[in-house]
Amino acid sequence: MEIPVMVGAGLVVIGVGIGIGKIGGSAMDAIARQPEAYGKIQTAMLIAAALIEGIGFAALFAVS
Amino acid sequence: MSKTTTLILFKKKSLFLIALLFAGGLFAKENEQNQENLSAKEIQKKEIKEYIMHHLQDSYDFSLFSYTTDTGEHVYIGAPLPIILWDNGLKVFSSSKFHHGETVAEVNGNHYAIIHNKIYKTDAAGTITYDEEHHTTNIAPLDFSITKGVVSIMFTFLLMFFLFKNLADSYAKNGGIASGAGRFFEPIVLYIRDDIAIPNIGEKKYRKYMSFLLTVFFFVWFLNMLGLTPLGINVTGNIAVTLCLALITFLLTNLTGTKDYWLHIFDPLGSTMKWYAKVPLYIILIPIEVLGIFIKPFSLLIRLYANMQAGHIVLMSLIGLMFIFKSWLGSPLSFGLAFAISLIEVLVALLQAYIFTMLSALYFGFASEEHEHHNEIEAH
Repeated sequence: MEIPVMVGAGLVVIGVGIGIGKIGGSAMDAIARQPEAYGKIQTAMLIAAALIEGIGFAALFAVS
Repeated sequence: MSKTTTLILFKKKSLFLIALLFAGGLFAKENEQNQENLSAKEIQKKEIKEYIMHHLQDSYDFSLFSYTTDTGEHVYIGAPLPIILWDNGLKVFSSSKFHHGETVAEVNGNHYAIIHNKIYKTDAAGTITYDEEHHTTNIAPLDFSITKGVVSIMFTFLLMFFLFKNLADSYAKNGGIASGAGRFFEPIVLYIRDDIAIPNIGEKKYRKYMSFLLTVFFFVWFLNMLGLTPLGINVTGNIAVTLCLALITFLLTNLTGTKDYWLHIFDPLGSTMKWYAKVPLYIILIPIEVLGIFIKPFSLLIRLYANMQAGHIVLMSLIGLMFIFKSWLGSPLSFGLAFAISLIEVLVALLQAYIFTMLSALYFGFASEEHEHHNEIEAH
C-alpha cells in the first residue's frame, strides 16, 4: 500500500511540533530554575528550535 | 450592590451570547446558499489561489492594485519597470509594452511575451510552443530586468546606506554619541557585536566578520518588514535571494577557514586513536562532515525562504476568507485573524533576521576555531 506524500509531511510536522514543544518546555523549566541565565537559555532555545524547524520546512517543501 | 453588578454582567454576557447565536444562524444560512452555487464558489477559490500565487511571485511592474471596470476593462494602478534582456545584443525597454503580460512586446523587430512570469521570444502573433510535459520550448533570453524585487533591494540598500552613514557621521559630530534615528539602531548594532559575534566567534577574530553580520541582519530585517507593507513585496520569500545570502555565508565560512577547521572535517578524531582504528570510522565520518559543509548554508536558505513564504501565504489566505464567507461576519473575522498574524509576522521578521545572523556567526565561529577549542568545551 502506498502512503500519500501528504501523510508523510503531516507526520513530520507532528514530530517537529513535539520537538519544538519539548525545547520550549525545557527552556521554561530551565528559566524557572535559573532566572538569571534567561538570555543564554533563550538563545540556545531559539537555535535548537530553528534547526528543527528547518526539517519541518524541508518536508513541506518536498510536498509542494 | 455586588448583586446588581453581577446581574448586569450576566445580562451583558447573555446578550453577547444571543448575538453570537444569531450570527451563527446567519452564517449557516449563508453557507446553505453558497452550497447551491458550488461552481461559482470553486471559481472563487481558484481565483483566490491564483491571487496568492501572483502575490508571492516577483513581477515586471510595480503594481499597487488593479480592478475591473463595469465595461470589463482591467485597470492597473502602479508603475512600469525597465526590462533588460540579452538577446544577441542588449535590449532595454519599459515593461509597459507588455501591458501586464496581456500583449506581446515588439522591440526592433524582436517579439517577446511573458509566460508564467518569464520572458520568452515569440513571433508577432505571440505563438508559444509546448513539449509533451507542457514546458515552453520557446527561447528564453538572458533576463537582467529591474523587477519589483530588485527595486525593493535597491531601496533597502539606499535606506541602509543613509541610516548607517548618518549613524557613523553622528559619532564624529557629537563626540561618540549617536543622534536621531541612530539612537534606535545603536543598541541593535551593539547587541549583534556583544551578544552574537563575540560569544560565537571569539574576541580575537570577530572584527572581520562584523561587516557581513551587520549587513545581513539589517538587510533581512528591513526586507522582511517591507514584505509586511501593503506594497506586496516578497523578496526574502524568493529562493534566489536567500540562496545568494546563504552562498555568501558559505563562501566566507570556507574561505576564512583555519587549518583547525579543515582538520576537524578531515581528521575529526585527531591523535586520540591509532590510524588503523580511525580508518573504518572515517569511511562514515568524513562524508558526513563534508556533507555538513553544504547542509549548513542550505538549511539557512530554506529556513528564511520557507518562513517568509509561509507567513505570506497564511496572511493572504486569511484575507481571502473575507471573500469566501461573503457575510458580515467574514470581514471582521478575517480582519481580526489577519491583524493577529501580522503582529506575529512582525516578530517573525525580526526572529528570522536574528536566526540567520546568529547561525552565520556560529558557522564563522567553527571556521575560525583555534587549537585550544577542545579545552574550551571542557571548560563549559
